[in-house]
Amino acid sequence: MKIALTCTGKEMNDNLDLRFGRCSYFIIFDSEKGVSYTLENKGQSSGGGAGIAAAQQIIDEEVEVVISGSMGPNAYNLMMSSGIKVYASKELPCAQVLESFNKGELEEITQAGPSHMGMGSGK
Amino acid sequence: MRALNIAILSGKGGTGKTTVATNLAEILQANYIDCDVEEPNGYIFLKPENIMNVAVEVECPDINMEKCILCGECTKTCQFNALFNTKKDILVFEKMCHSCKACSIVCKTKAITFKPRKVGVIEKGEKQGLICMRGVLDIGEAMAVPVIKKLLRHTPVGLNLLDCSPGTSCNAVSTLRHAQGALLVTEPSAFGLHDLRMAICLVRKFDLPFGVIINKWDEKNGEFLERYLDGEGIKILGYIPYKREAAEVYSRGEMVRTIPAYQQAFDRIASSCGEVFQWN
Repeated sequence: MKIALTCTGKEMNDNLDLRFGRCSYFIIFDSEKGVSYTLENKGQSSGGGAGIAAAQQIIDEEVEVVISGSMGPNAYNLMMSSGIKVYASKELPCAQVLESFNKGELEEITQAGPSHMGMGSGK
Repeated sequence: MRALNIAILSGKGGTGKTTVATNLAEILQANYIDCDVEEPNGYIFLKPENIMNVAVEVECPDINMEKCILCGECTKTCQFNALFNTKKDILVFEKMCHSCKACSIVCKTKAITFKPRKVGVIEKGEKQGLICMRGVLDIGEAMAVPVIKKLLRHTPVGLNLLDCSPGTSCNAVSTLRHAQGALLVTEPSAFGLHDLRMAICLVRKFDLPFGVIINKWDEKNGEFLERYLDGEGIKILGYIPYKREAAEVYSRGEMVRTIPAYQQAFDRIASSCGEVFQWN
């Protein structure tokens, strides 16, 4: 199973990025192979529809679980219609977030947050 | 006789674009065109009659899933994230679409055609022989430019005052494309000057003749604004006083030129406009 974490940096010890569409990187962890790789988020630099662009990347990578801070309505609905589960975490190093997920400590997001949260209005 | 379009813009919002545009339209016997389609409010003051409506439509992709092979080329090509490949379906986010049609060019199986989608309306009426037009963007729509483009495609003959949206973004730019001159409205505040400078950069890029009107004028605190304009060699077309009485008249949806001091201020502005634009 592939797990995607929204990350502020390229490494597992960088903090989780609480934004989905406007996060800096995705760290994708393959739990079967026990390896991870990093992708730049194409949504970060888009003029509009950042969540849609980010969600497209997640689906193209055949990810089954996403861990982030929150998710806007467009991206959330795309995740739901593609059967991808979304979990919420606090801003901690990604390695620690992944550990919490494996222990079953993270909560599943069951509704979309407000749109344009990652553009500064939500803070 | 051809059309002469003068744009009224400000940079900062709330400096008095609509107040200037509506009062000057009556004094100069000009047509009024409200291009601030996200929140057009000029009709509140001018109260035009016999209004006719025309819908504004944009073209949106329609995917024929019988022909689509889910290759995802369209989603990669779209620069506006309007298309999404779920691997079972191609979803169209209609409000993101800019109608560029690049998706249909790259589609190998010719699965993409276009269907019209309404995004707003053009309303054309008249007030004592003068034409009043405005664009109104539908609630929930994100893109105003298609409405502005359609509104200004055929401007009436004669003098037209184009009431711009605030700011210097696509909406103001789309309006300025159709202008032969500009009136910049500002106020003696730090924000007013900051945003006025951006508006000045914009009209200079378009190489338009322009002048500045200072609203909410306060002799005691406005000197910094005059000094800036003087240094830039920009003509001040007039001053509009700052009075509680004007706010009261305005809040009732009436024209401020019903107050004698304001009528005088606008008369002076109207005559100095003639010097800058020479439309006679």
